[in-house]
Amino acid sequence: MRLPTVVAPLAVVAAVLGVTGYAVQPPLPDRPLVSADTGGTASTIERLEGLLAKSWSAHGLTAAAPADDLTVLRRLTLALAGTVPSLEEIRRFENDTRPDRLSHWTAQLLNDVRFADYFSERLARAFVGVDGGQFIVFRRDRFTAWLSEQLKKRRPYDEMVRDMIATDGVWTDKPAVNFISAAYANDAFDENKLAGRAVRAFLGQRIDCAQCHDHPFAHWKQSEFEGLAACFGKTRMSIVGVDDGRKTPFEIEDRKTLEKRVIEPAVPFGAEWLPADGSPRKRLAAWVTHPDNRRFDRAIVNRVWGLMFGRPLIADRPVDDLPDPDDPAFNEQNAVLDVLADDFRRHGRDLRRLVAVVAGSSAFRVDSRVPENASGSTAGGCHWEVFPLVRLRPEQVVGSMLQAASIRTIDRNSHLFTRALRFFRERDFVEDFGDPGENELGERVGTVPQALLRMNGELQKDLTEPNPFNATTRIANSAPDPASCVEVAYLICLTRRPTTEESEFFTNRISEASSKKRDEAVADLIWTLFNSTEFSWNH
Amino acid sequence: MVSRRSFLGRAAALGLSFSLPALTARAVERRGSERPMSLITLWMQGGPSQLETWDPHPGTPIGGPTTAIDTTVPGLRIASTFPKMAEMMHHTSVIRSLVSKEGDHERGSYHVLTGYRPDPTVVHPSVGAVLSHELPATGVEIPLHISLAGGAGFTLPRGGYLGDEYDAFRIYEPGRGLINMRSRVGDSRTDRRRDGLAVVERAFQAGRTRPASETLHRQMLDKAVAMMSSEQLTAFDIDKEPAAVAAAYGDTRFGRGCLVARRLVETGVRSVQVVLDGFDTHTDNFEGCKTQAAILDPALATLLNDLAQRDLLASTIVLCIGEFGRTPRINPLDGRDHWPGGFSCVIAGGGLKTGVVVGATDPEGLRREPERPVPIADLYTTLFQAMSVDPSREINTPIGRPMKLSEGQAIGELNG
Repeated sequence: MRLPTVVAPLAVVAAVLGVTGYAVQPPLPDRPLVSADTGGTASTIERLEGLLAKSWSAHGLTAAAPADDLTVLRRLTLALAGTVPSLEEIRRFENDTRPDRLSHWTAQLLNDVRFADYFSERLARAFVGVDGGQFIVFRRDRFTAWLSEQLKKRRPYDEMVRDMIATDGVWTDKPAVNFISAAYANDAFDENKLAGRAVRAFLGQRIDCAQCHDHPFAHWKQSEFEGLAACFGKTRMSIVGVDDGRKTPFEIEDRKTLEKRVIEPAVPFGAEWLPADGSPRKRLAAWVTHPDNRRFDRAIVNRVWGLMFGRPLIADRPVDDLPDPDDPAFNEQNAVLDVLADDFRRHGRDLRRLVAVVAGSSAFRVDSRVPENASGSTAGGCHWEVFPLVRLRPEQVVGSMLQAASIRTIDRNSHLFTRALRFFRERDFVEDFGDPGENELGERVGTVPQALLRMNGELQKDLTEPNPFNATTRIANSAPDPASCVEVAYLICLTRRPTTEESEFFTNRISEASSKKRDEAVADLIWTLFNSTEFSWNH
Repeated sequence: MVSRRSFLGRAAALGLSFSLPALTARAVERRGSERPMSLITLWMQGGPSQLETWDPHPGTPIGGPTTAIDTTVPGLRIASTFPKMAEMMHHTSVIRSLVSKEGDHERGSYHVLTGYRPDPTVVHPSVGAVLSHELPATGVEIPLHISLAGGAGFTLPRGGYLGDEYDAFRIYEPGRGLINMRSRVGDSRTDRRRDGLAVVERAFQAGRTRPASETLHRQMLDKAVAMMSSEQLTAFDIDKEPAAVAAAYGDTRFGRGCLVARRLVETGVRSVQVVLDGFDTHTDNFEGCKTQAAILDPALATLLNDLAQRDLLASTIVLCIGEFGRTPRINPLDGRDHWPGGFSCVIAGGGLKTGVVVGATDPEGLRREPERPVPIADLYTTLFQAMSVDPSREINTPIGRPMKLSEGQAIGELNG
């Protein structure tokens, strides 16, 4: 669906109500803020920083200087809410005189509905992918809303995962079931897909290759994969939705002999964690989330880190392909993972606490710039001595453009009309821009169509060209002088103030413009900022 | 639109590393075997019924009301809703026994676009992306991989592990202007905006020289600007085509798309996809197929004729295919459902043998497996070989897993 103009009909609002179900949700009750140091995250952060520092000196790296607070605020808002901070937020932040105001703002953002909504969408990619699937049996929107609810309730992550793997029922009534029903295709459950996804998403192991042959790198065997697939071997679609009531045995056709073999549920390691009783999926869920299964906590730590930095903690491997817990080649990185994983496990597997710990660490707060003469800098962020440059996701780019153009914070408290615009524009733009899908944490560069869209697209025009609804006109009309116009434009787009050179250059441009053309000059500046590398990359 | 000269001047003034390739050896002037090869895929979105197109079985329990006509290939009969194609079949061969294991639109599209089944740990490149990667073209300023597509549920052919830059460049309304190709403001403001950009970029580069240049952000922007100012953009316009030619293709989005595809191939574009949607005929299959045939028949027949007349057919493969076929059984709503077990495609040009019919489906619709089943990978192995791309060449995916361009055996019957 394409929205042609800024002024959308009321139908759009109605559609948003229908599609998102916002209207039926009661306003959120006030929840206690996570206190700034969240029950002793300080000691965990200290241990984490100690390990990182050790690794820097071992590799002869010089850590970058701490980034300024506004830069960190930008990273934080992009990671947790999917946009740059609004001017309103920047002003409030700058007036906040508390020591360690960043931790207070982290806590505040974690309590913001924007966090639950945005993060659940990001997590859903790992759990059910981005495909629409078969609408009749799969409702991605319900699944994402459910995840969002769990985040709001601070539900322990292991409970969430057990729900996803083992719940019976109908995908609309029991949204966690969509994890299972997403794998329903060609009129049957794809047990291999389920086994592969469960292990990748929850344990950070790529075992899918073992579906057809033994894994070329790790020690996964085809037989081990079959045993995992058999854990979904009783899963069927019944009149009451998904359940484990299939009567026929789970058989696999041997690729060589073409004979059928009955396969019993089995796990590739930690067999003692697999309960003897219960339905196959319940048994699997217990095994995956068993307190001794270190891969479980490591996997989510690596992924949450990836969602915040744009690159997983084990940065040189795919986010869902962790090294073995005992692989000596990865001692250093595994130790870092374990500091966070242990804290996560000891504190009720609360995803919000995990985010707060990561956001509070110096790794998240160092500059993305290095002194030109720094020794042996990898500048790639593999050791986290410098914040990596990572391309923003399409919805972060569009979210930031929309947020920049609106001055006020766009969240669920915004006027419905603003939210409706945001909803449709994000969808259109993300479609045009190209969605990287599940492999969102892979390395990628931009494309020509994206550059064209950013330079010449309709959304860009609506947001930059002067009109009564956007920031351009408001800045041009209300900023006291050209230099303030430039400063505000930089703050709303790049969350920083212009350098002296930038300020002089653009202030001149605006001063030169006649008063009638001042808004045009501001529009040109905002266009320029939207098209800069800095705008589209996290730094 | 920014003039080419103004851009070049601008680029030189800013010291941009980007330079425009020479336009001397114009692909548009080359003909016959001198030309590099191109692929035009006519994508029948939704899964076209083989029984109402290239593999009719009139007078059988599965045939429905569809009748068949003779063609210029002795013994080859196609649905009578394709009278123009009946005159052109000697340029083509027909495979009637394609087999796939994917009966879902998304998965089936992925499989037929890439030659590989969906795999959660890797995204395979589409065939068009592989061709643009393996056969780069000098002097072509517009994207080498283009999709002329509209309609809901469309799957863009992606670059997969080759990179997003190999994704198909999508044109929504072929022949009806280009989206996002013109600056929204006049030349002078556009220039001012870009001058300003140099200032902002300089500030960002400070302390981040290498990582910032590795983002390739500026290169993509410069490429986009080069494209905006390229004369080759006229390949997308059909205004100058004689009215009779445009009329012969048909005044439909698909017809215009086929005409644009010919023009793009002349310009040197490697892979063009033209999408015709509306083949998902779960209900009222026979009327639906008639409507589709009325669009497809003139467009495909004219395209083949046009390419042959211009001596472009030897260097252009035309493939007409969808994500799967449809069930022999006619459902109670007079529709046919998804059927990946024996469906058809038409393939022409590129020096492949013509007048060949590969495989056959069961006229009674009882046997699931067709005679001489042809997996999708075999089709692409054949196609790559015809285009002098080695299908067995392995490329390392980002995680270091070597992957062949196409697995499968060449279809011997089509080797010319």
